[in-house]
Amino acid sequence: MQLIPCPWCGPREEVEFHYGGQAHVAYPAESAALSDEEWAKFVFFRDNPRGPFAERWSHAAGCRRWFNAVRDTRSYELLAVYRPDQERPVTT
Amino acid sequence: MTADIATRRSPLDGWTSRFTELAPAVRLAERPFLAQLTLRLTDTSRAAAVSRVLGVELPETPCTFSSGTGPHGPVEVAWLGPDEYLVLAQPGLQRTLESALREAIGDTHGAVVDVSAQRTTLTLSGPRARDLLAHGCAIDLHPSASPIGTCVQTLLAQAGIILLVRDADAGEFVVLVRASFATYLAAWLVDAGMEYREYREQPV
Ligand SMILES: [Zn+2]
Repeated sequence: MQLIPCPWCGPREEVEFHYGGQAHVAYPAESAALSDEEWAKFVFFRDNPRGPFAERWSHAAGCRRWFNAVRDTRSYELLAVYRPDQERPVTT
Repeated sequence: MTADIATRRSPLDGWTSRFTELAPAVRLAERPFLAQLTLRLTDTSRAAAVSRVLGVELPETPCTFSSGTGPHGPVEVAWLGPDEYLVLAQPGLQRTLESALREAIGDTHGAVVDVSAQRTTLTLSGPRARDLLAHGCAIDLHPSASPIGTCVQTLLAQAGIILLVRDADAGEFVVLVRASFATYLAAWLVDAGMEYREYREQPV
């Protein structure tokens, strides 16, 4: 089973975690001014890259904290994990 | 927690005889009704005041717990998250501790919640306790990886638990499990420990 390193608890089994989709999706600054199309884009449309992808994960069966991870979608390799208050680290 | 002490039943009431069948390989017992409080403390300036109330320092390192004896007797404080702790104390102290901790936090950003009824406590010790846990728990409980004072929130046989390592070398563990999962976990432990019933202590 794949191990995911929680920024607080360290490496734990994948079953302890919950996936939260793409990270760094900012809430619209003026949400009331959005057209239906723009709103749909914000709610439903996500990147789907082949390669490094910044995602949100929750350590659901552990410390129950959300954090971010950069995962290579081709290999499932986790290139970095970082707390929500940290910038996305540079990965190669 | 409004239940009358004379009539309340612990989640694992009636399991003692099944637990004792695992001895001497594993000594398994329920320690019911411990006072348990969730403490959220965002403002660390109150940590000292909280420590004074408990007589124990708050654990700073993730996945550890601290223990000691303070004004309210023996207390264990487990790290549950960056600003979250679980306070364990002797049965019946939840009201007293709740108000004492609230006073220590004062007006700062934090919370104290009595969660004594949420979980029950199992203690495991004995020469095969670690092997028994390894049947359903992925955490390495060898003393070199999980020394005394380790506290992990993880899954045991797919049930969410909080596990405290009281004595790594002697294999003394505390497992906190939600009341609704307690009988499932007890049944699993008794079943997983079946093979150790043949165990006899070596003559010294
Ligand atoms: Zn964690």
